[in-house]
Amino acid sequence: MATATTEANIEVHAHEEHHEHHETFITKYIFSQDHKTIAKQFLISGIFWAMIGAAMSVVFRLQLGFPDADLGWLRPFLGKWIQVDGSLDPNFYLALVTMHGTIMVFFVLTAGLSGTFSNFLIPLQIGARDMASGFMNMLSYWFFFLSSVIMFISLFLETGPASGGWVVYPPLSALPQAMPGSGLGMTMWLVAMVFFIASSLLGGINYITTVINLRTKGMTFSRLPLTIWAFFLTAVIGVLAFPVLFAAALLLVFDRSFGTSFYLSEIYIGGEALSNVGGSPILYQHLFWFLGHPEVYIVLLPALGITSEIIATNSRKPIFGYKAMIISMMGITFLSFIVWAHHMFVSGLNPFLGSIFMFLTLIIAVPSAVKVFNYLTTLWKGNIVFTPAMLFSIGLVSVFISGGITGIFLGNSAIDIQLHDTYFVVAHFHLVMGAASAFGLLAGVYHWFPKMFGRMMDAKLGYIHFWLTFIGIYSVFFPMHYIGIAGFPRRYYSFTNFDAFSGFTDLNMFITVAAIATFVGQFIFLFNFFYSMYRGKKATANPWKSNTLEWTTPIEPEHGNWAGEIPHVYRWPYDYSKPGAEEDFIPQTVPFSETMESNLAHENDMIALEKEEMDEIVVNE
Amino acid sequence: MFGFYIALAVFLVVAILLLIFRVSRLIGVVKGTGEVTSKSSNNFNAAMMIVFMVGFFGLAAWYSFGNFDAYDPPVASEHGELTDKLFWRTMWVTGIVFFITNVLLFYFSWKYRYSESRRALFYPHNNKLEYIWTGVPAIVLTWLVISGWMAWDGIMSEAPEDSEQIEIMGYQFAWSLRYGGMDNEVGDYDYRLIDAVNSHGQDFSDRSGFDDFQFRDLVVPKGKPVLLKIRARDVLHSVYIPHMRLKMDAVPGMPTQFWFVANKTTAEMRVEEGNPEFNYELACTEVCGRGHFSMKKTVTVLEPEEYEEWKAQQKSWLSKNPEYMTQVPDNLNELALVTSGINE
Repeated sequence: MATATTEANIEVHAHEEHHEHHETFITKYIFSQDHKTIAKQFLISGIFWAMIGAAMSVVFRLQLGFPDADLGWLRPFLGKWIQVDGSLDPNFYLALVTMHGTIMVFFVLTAGLSGTFSNFLIPLQIGARDMASGFMNMLSYWFFFLSSVIMFISLFLETGPASGGWVVYPPLSALPQAMPGSGLGMTMWLVAMVFFIASSLLGGINYITTVINLRTKGMTFSRLPLTIWAFFLTAVIGVLAFPVLFAAALLLVFDRSFGTSFYLSEIYIGGEALSNVGGSPILYQHLFWFLGHPEVYIVLLPALGITSEIIATNSRKPIFGYKAMIISMMGITFLSFIVWAHHMFVSGLNPFLGSIFMFLTLIIAVPSAVKVFNYLTTLWKGNIVFTPAMLFSIGLVSVFISGGITGIFLGNSAIDIQLHDTYFVVAHFHLVMGAASAFGLLAGVYHWFPKMFGRMMDAKLGYIHFWLTFIGIYSVFFPMHYIGIAGFPRRYYSFTNFDAFSGFTDLNMFITVAAIATFVGQFIFLFNFFYSMYRGKKATANPWKSNTLEWTTPIEPEHGNWAGEIPHVYRWPYDYSKPGAEEDFIPQTVPFSETMESNLAHENDMIALEKEEMDEIVVNE
Repeated sequence: MFGFYIALAVFLVVAILLLIFRVSRLIGVVKGTGEVTSKSSNNFNAAMMIVFMVGFFGLAAWYSFGNFDAYDPPVASEHGELTDKLFWRTMWVTGIVFFITNVLLFYFSWKYRYSESRRALFYPHNNKLEYIWTGVPAIVLTWLVISGWMAWDGIMSEAPEDSEQIEIMGYQFAWSLRYGGMDNEVGDYDYRLIDAVNSHGQDFSDRSGFDDFQFRDLVVPKGKPVLLKIRARDVLHSVYIPHMRLKMDAVPGMPTQFWFVANKTTAEMRVEEGNPEFNYELACTEVCGRGHFSMKKTVTVLEPEEYEEWKAQQKSWLSKNPEYMTQVPDNLNELALVTSGINE
């Protein structure tokens, strides 16, 4: 009886859909309100920025690995930033470092990761036709696009883009006379960030609203896939933290352009004493890191969510400790707001405050450790299928461990005195947040490509891409620990001025070569991505034999996702290899009444409840 | 011409790779392997996990133990020995965790690779395990936090009364040093008084500044507390002496400080390192502009007697720039003439 009504419904709906949609090219591909299209827009923009950000890192790695090399061949791209003798301009070196950080953290790992997968997966995995507000969602992308355009233009300014490090600490970033990048480049950086923050907030509010309100029948919070939990908590962090960055940026704009003294005090520069008194550069650091540290989890949590889903699916096992995973993520979310000052142990911060933040910081290692142990136990006695997505997920767990562990050094204020602002920090955060999040992004692309484009990516190219990237990432960042322990400061154009930093030319060369190889390896991915979009093997409905709702949609879902009624959910998403079941997976849409052979005791009790629900539906219709 | 050849070579390599890709794909179509992941590639990836693990740990161990002296800089301050101890303690604790978890990750990946004849174990949760691996890290971390906190508390405590006071000021792109002189107290300053000569903006209405002197390098006595009074004139800088395990930001408008006790003289370190050219160095670690990487100061650690001798020889800044006597208030004029050593 129930089936009959559903079928009738499909026809009715198909009929309706036909009439509703008169989409032009512009409403379908450009100013689209379809969450799937917006997700793809974010993804393509993210990939574009990732290649620019990575190319920048190759340029400054050339300087660090081969300081005497003639970079004259880069003149067609960089023009006057290559000096007469063929070396890189030190100001431009700082600009590259700054823009690499800004681009990677905000444009790639925030917009590219959350923007893509929160948009794509939230409606599909909770069973909604679209986001709560398609219009706001569209605005979110176009604010991001505007921000991107402004940031991109700033790269071509005569004085260069912002150059004071991605944290843009004043007074350096506030005073144009301190460095050329603090002129128009910095203004554009701030304007771009304002639009970026607006974009993030529009997106985040939408994600939260959608998850709370638009879940399909039966999709309780305790049945949400961990991806959705991760995206949800990420959005909560973003909505609470980004406004603080907005405030920080706004006050910086005032200091730069309207003569205020929020961050400036007692400055003598360029032969004159400025009139600013009473401001504090430390205030900026507090405000910046109040966003800046949660930002780390804004880029990391979605990657962890994606990995949880992929590891469970491809181990053919339920994720171990589903509840513990959620509690850990909630713990991380909460703690991420009260650890920010560990970036400021030696900034002149009150040492007592330093002790408090050391304590809070090291607590956050506990939920992170729990997550790692849960991943390991999920793999244990699994039946592991190595899809490229799975490889990247395993890679993520490895770099998350390796990079996370060094956080225990840096979170300890006494040890941090020596390590602060050295290459040890660079190694730490590139592994734990850079590489881990990038791996999550790549894993997500490989895993959900069939749903995005209806075709499969080439697996063999995926394997080559993974092993090149995995070995490459470790070759680049693992040696940096040694350089950091040796005390080499970061953001140095050259180390030749100091005897203490004169060693490791061989290791620096090695890192540069590895970085170039890793960069080149990404073109395999690019090729695979665009080639498979048009020529890849046609995807099947559920290529990874996964339980979640997105695989119940048509292979290439239209706007609205499900042609007929939205499916109902009866179970959690991790019923893999359930004893007694015929297949090694049971999708969330299968009621317990149809799986008597594999039900656990308490699940049999649910059957009565299911029946009630079904009757209700029939009555309603 | 050379560039042209390189471009041609790159083009050819890419073309060949594309061809190989296309051919292998067509073969795949002809063979008609319908599986998403073939058995052989699954086994290959599983084996690669072990290969990677062995290679990775092999290389890491080889470099870590073989090049220890290259990356472990000698330590020359009392608190530095303490923080180094904490560093290596943390290294052992986390190193073991790092090793075990990574080995399990790669081993499980290989051991439990896909097999048609097997089914994964349905094992959704075990609260006891969760409690254990929440509790144990929490306890270990508490231990690390408490030892770190005790060290930090000592390092950041008030400097002892008898500390040598030295002011270090960062500006684009160098450091400048001002010593407390005979009264061992650095005089007041006001940034509005800074000019081309009076680079620190010394305020001559403060009598403790008359005997202050400036010197090219940072010179400190061994075994005696030294209080660095740190400030910046234009943008943020950061005082960093790697061998002393010392770092503190220099902030315009907010003086900071760091006190330490050097425990090896430059001469001793030269013998220890077997390098007669060795010098301690001071660097900047907060990005401050174009010349950030060149803000070097030489640090010299002397025996206490040598230090006193050296200090006694230094002439006060005021005596070298007597024209600034005009800024000294009338009632302090005589005192300034005496303490600065102009009237000797």
